[in-house]
Amino acid sequence: MITSAPDKIAPNLNDFDVMRVRQDFAILNTLVRGKPLVYLDNAATTQKPHQVLCAINQFYGCCNSNIHRGVHFLSEKATEQYEESRAQVKRFLNAASTTEIIFVRGATEGINLVAASYGRTFLKEGDEIIVSAMEHHANIVPWQILCQQTGAVLKVIPMDDNGDIVMEEYAQLLSERTRIVSVVHVSNVLGTLNPVKRIVQMAHDAGAVTLVDAAQSIMHMNVDVQDIGCDFLVFSGHKLFGPTGIGVLYGRESLLEMMPPYQSGGDMIKSVTFEKTIYNDLPYKFEAGTPNIGSTIGLGAAIAYVQSVNLDKAQPHEDALMAYATQRLEEIPGLKIVGTAKEKAGVISFVLDFAHPHDIGTIMDSEGIAIRTGHHCAQPTMQRFGIPATARASFAFYNTLEEVDVLVRGLEKVREVFA
Amino acid sequence: MPDMRELYQEIILDHNKAPRNYRKPDDANREAEGYNPLCGDHYTVFARVDSNQQITDIGFEGVGCAISKAAASMMTSMVKGKSVEEAERCFENYRQMITGGKDYDRDALGKLMVFSEVCNYPTRIKCAILCWHTLHAALNNLQEPVTTE
Repeated sequence: MITSAPDKIAPNLNDFDVMRVRQDFAILNTLVRGKPLVYLDNAATTQKPHQVLCAINQFYGCCNSNIHRGVHFLSEKATEQYEESRAQVKRFLNAASTTEIIFVRGATEGINLVAASYGRTFLKEGDEIIVSAMEHHANIVPWQILCQQTGAVLKVIPMDDNGDIVMEEYAQLLSERTRIVSVVHVSNVLGTLNPVKRIVQMAHDAGAVTLVDAAQSIMHMNVDVQDIGCDFLVFSGHKLFGPTGIGVLYGRESLLEMMPPYQSGGDMIKSVTFEKTIYNDLPYKFEAGTPNIGSTIGLGAAIAYVQSVNLDKAQPHEDALMAYATQRLEEIPGLKIVGTAKEKAGVISFVLDFAHPHDIGTIMDSEGIAIRTGHHCAQPTMQRFGIPATARASFAFYNTLEEVDVLVRGLEKVREVFA
Repeated sequence: MPDMRELYQEIILDHNKAPRNYRKPDDANREAEGYNPLCGDHYTVFARVDSNQQITDIGFEGVGCAISKAAASMMTSMVKGKSVEEAERCFENYRQMITGGKDYDRDALGKLMVFSEVCNYPTRIKCAILCWHTLHAALNNLQEPVTTE
């Protein structure tokens, strides 16, 4: 006899179900050091769902070929999938056109591309570049090199003791000399969610172009480049549940058109003679050489996955994780949270007055808990708070409240050893 | 899986809490700085070496994790009163031990054998050896700060 009670047995597709999501990530069910893995290092890289692994496998197993050149079947298939990934990124970021989506190795390469191509062409001595005090080294060093090359000057927006940007100071820094404002959307150390829309608007009022580093925000919230209004935005695929070695630079078409190629070679040209080369159209002008085709297709699958999970629906769960973890950690005597901004996403850094972050990390590891310790590639942020390092727990939508409890029990173990 | 308690033995925890020779000797004539950029461990090692190449006094100052601080504390206790040559030999034995080598003199290392577990924690080897590289630099009057990177 067949009975059906769809209302009772079908999962409610309108709700976010963390246990169902976790089934897509086999690695989350593995043991580490004989203990169930508790993966709280998502700000470093996220795990990859089987949908992404399958897509990469499927490409290399069934469609592997070079793109944009062959007339044969496989090349056509590979090109189609590669360009479909670009279309997915375009829709995901709400860009105006696929010509504005450049595939790069990661957020770092995206910033380097803008600094080298836009910066070296349009900046001159005395021009100013503004970054915030909480930047990752990837959003500091490329601009310092640009300053050395052009004579431009790097200015830094200070932050307060909570880890919030001081907007009044930012307003003071802006002037007709400001040419580029490049800020992080979510800090990888403090978790601060910066008001990028307002920052971009103020920069534009001063006549500067803007770059938003969305490396940390992209896994936690919908990022809409037209809503933010930025000229450039970068993110890495591996922090969006996709593979390493692939990332995206979004650039406003009118600016990309004006910019010279970053790297040169095959694929970025229309015609080459020994006398003259005509560059290819956007976005290919910025994609010299055979790209990371497999990972680009993997990134497309990651975006499709994230859209199926739906970040809006996961938001209440992520908020609950942050609120619960913050509350439980604050209850631990001798623990201090570094970064208490008004709005935070995904990241909680802390120090213990009885143990060094590096020792915390080792003891947590022995409990199967993966956290990051150190300066998190943001030494100026460490200097601002007068500490050499922090321990950092960072969350993704597949983490659970129970894992927060394991984290807290791990920290009690640290106390047993050191206090 | 190695037991974490083997790494953090009582003697290491004790030297971390109450580091020996944690000072700059007044008459120090050797000094070097050591830095582990990965985790921020940062120490200065001071020594007094007399005309007979004897380390008559030694001390250190700085910040870092328990392993790095205990290693520095126990190193100073070990080499105080030894000759420069003996200290260098000790460094070589110690390096062999914590990098998982087989050919080193266990007896000569004495209490420092407590760090033998470190070779099972590849990310912590730099913590345990930073002070020794720094001492080596001090004894050889090397000018550049030592880094483990």
